[in-house]
Amino acid sequence: MAYKNFILVCAGTGCESNKGIEIYESLLREAEAQGVKNDVQIVKTGCFGFCEKGPIVKVLPSESFYVEVKPEDAKEIIAEQVVKGREVKRLLYKKDEKSASNVKVEDIEFYQKQFRVVLRNCGVINPENIDEYIARDGYSGLEKALFKMKPDDVIAELKASGLRGRGGAGFPTFMKWDLTKKAPGDVKYVVCNADEGDPGAYMNRSTIEGDPHSLLEAMAICGYTIGSHHGYIYIRAEYPLAVERLKIAIKQAKDYGLLGKDILGSGFDFDIEIRLGAGAFVCGEETALLQSLEGKRGMPTPKPPFPANCGLWKKPTVINNVETYVNVAVIMTKGAAWYSKIGTEKSKGTKTFALTGKIQNSGLVEVPMGTTLRDIVFDIGGGIRGGRKFKGVQTGGPSGGIITEKSLDEPITYESLSALGSMMGSGGMIIMDEDDCVVDIAKFYMAFCCDESCGKCAPCRIGTKQMHAILEKISKGTAVEADLDKLEKIGKSMTKASLCMLGGSAANPTLSTLKHFREEYLEHIRDHKCRSGKCKDLVVYEIDASKCIGCGLCARRCPVPCIAGEKKQPHVIDKSRCIKCGECFKACKFGAVAKK
Amino acid sequence: MAKMSLEQLRKLREEKKQDLTRREVEGKEIQIIVGMGTCGIAAGAKETFDAVVKAVEEKGLGEQVIIRQTGCMGLCYVEPTVEVVKPGMPTVIYGKMTKDVAKDLVAKHLVEGKLLDDHIFDRPAADIMKK
Repeated sequence: MAYKNFILVCAGTGCESNKGIEIYESLLREAEAQGVKNDVQIVKTGCFGFCEKGPIVKVLPSESFYVEVKPEDAKEIIAEQVVKGREVKRLLYKKDEKSASNVKVEDIEFYQKQFRVVLRNCGVINPENIDEYIARDGYSGLEKALFKMKPDDVIAELKASGLRGRGGAGFPTFMKWDLTKKAPGDVKYVVCNADEGDPGAYMNRSTIEGDPHSLLEAMAICGYTIGSHHGYIYIRAEYPLAVERLKIAIKQAKDYGLLGKDILGSGFDFDIEIRLGAGAFVCGEETALLQSLEGKRGMPTPKPPFPANCGLWKKPTVINNVETYVNVAVIMTKGAAWYSKIGTEKSKGTKTFALTGKIQNSGLVEVPMGTTLRDIVFDIGGGIRGGRKFKGVQTGGPSGGIITEKSLDEPITYESLSALGSMMGSGGMIIMDEDDCVVDIAKFYMAFCCDESCGKCAPCRIGTKQMHAILEKISKGTAVEADLDKLEKIGKSMTKASLCMLGGSAANPTLSTLKHFREEYLEHIRDHKCRSGKCKDLVVYEIDASKCIGCGLCARRCPVPCIAGEKKQPHVIDKSRCIKCGECFKACKFGAVAKK
Repeated sequence: MAKMSLEQLRKLREEKKQDLTRREVEGKEIQIIVGMGTCGIAAGAKETFDAVVKAVEEKGLGEQVIIRQTGCMGLCYVEPTVEVVKPGMPTVIYGKMTKDVAKDLVAKHLVEGKLLDDHIFDRPAADIMKK
């Protein structure tokens, strides 16, 4: 017995509330009634994303994608699709002109909002087998560069592609390469920044773990272009699997003669070595990274001189982020003309993001530039977990800012994010809901920057410490309103006066939360109140004796324990010993525990 | 393999491409691909991998099935993830594929030719290399 068709019914939480189960059951009934239950299997599936158009029903192998399906449609789906073998046209997903993202590459966009360029091989090939990479046109970009193009042609191709650096600031990649190529000197270096340190970001790790050869290929192309024979990958020691797979990949590429002396008989030599970072956030800053590569303490140096002229061991150096390089491998393989159709006018290509926090479908996503945050959070990410209310997205980690509900429809580009007071950063996206406190978030990031500041320049060393102290006061309810102005003043000075971007952007989370949620800051200061209950010093838990039935559940959950009371008598919390963990509040089924 | 010339690289690429379109690796028709990025491994992908190997052996399918690894498929919220490619069946990605469910997967999908309820997730994007 083999089924001819498979009907997949989305029973994810989004669609389930939208009658996914009812549709599933009607389909089962109809298959039985129409006598085709041995021809079709009806399957409940997890969330398909795309929840606003739910419930979703997908039929395989025809790949028919039905949206906004109702239980009454079951009869027609079975009769048409299973019995007669044709699609139910009226239910098929039609591309919505308005929300269509900016992908113009023909035939690619079907219903998916994601578009995988950087991650094209991730989850597809075996990363430890070079043959599988080669089978998917791997190393054909390098081949093209070495045998068909001059270095200047590669630069022209990159220029035409419109690729900009994916590490944060968005500097045009061709310009970096061109400057380094033109810089005088025989010895030049190619460096990859794989020191991904933002809390919540893991795109580079996953990219290397899933497709290490893409990075190697692009670095070799860069070497050929700028006239360098040595490459270094600076990667965090906290990424053991990525390091391991890089080592395997480098060995395989050397065995095949795709790295090393006289690559493919072209006469071009290029070698890549791995250098492990010890986990200092500041080493993600390029000049500090280069210092660390040289074996010195990782501290930034003033720019200029830029690495393109005076980089590693004072030699001209190209330093790019993992994602930038991987894009280069695709551009060289598929051509700049293909690539430049993706994205917006000034921001070409795609961007990978790591979705974390209070999101339903956390994961690694890649979307064309120009996609809106709403698409990412609500379609791909499936919205907020547990049906809570969306509060904001922190993009760019400790260097970025919070983006609120009112900017959700802004297309994501380098320019729009910086106009919103955030930045592209590396691409970590932490989603927050109404249970998160902005003061707590600002304090967390400031504590992070304070710990990670290298201490070389005063604005960052002292500024982060002072801002953290003020945020601490606010969270304890001992601040005054004038402290908010002080925060802004210190933040703005730090932004202007710091030596590198760590200090230059450390104030962003505080300044942007202050801009969008000033009222919440004021509540902490004036009313000594934290509406989310995250700032523990401002919260008091109490049991309302009139509602408490004395079940004792809260007392059993209390980890201290500091709740006492006789059975069936109202219980009491000993506030002097309470650690404010909130377990009693969550446990009480009668709403008797109050948070004040 | 020794160092390659340009010709050899091109030849190897063509050979391997044909392997891909034949959907057949080392003469085996059925592929089970386990997502083994850090995210997958943290969620138990190694145990899943072992459980699949064991279940395939127990059902006597060792001759037809190749079990492979790959990187992160992007569906971190439902790790471990496993993709199954079997002739006559649609290719699907299963999520939340713990070692216990892995046994069911082999019994249902491979032996009975049925898809598993509640574990199928959609591939996040079309493949740009297929065109």
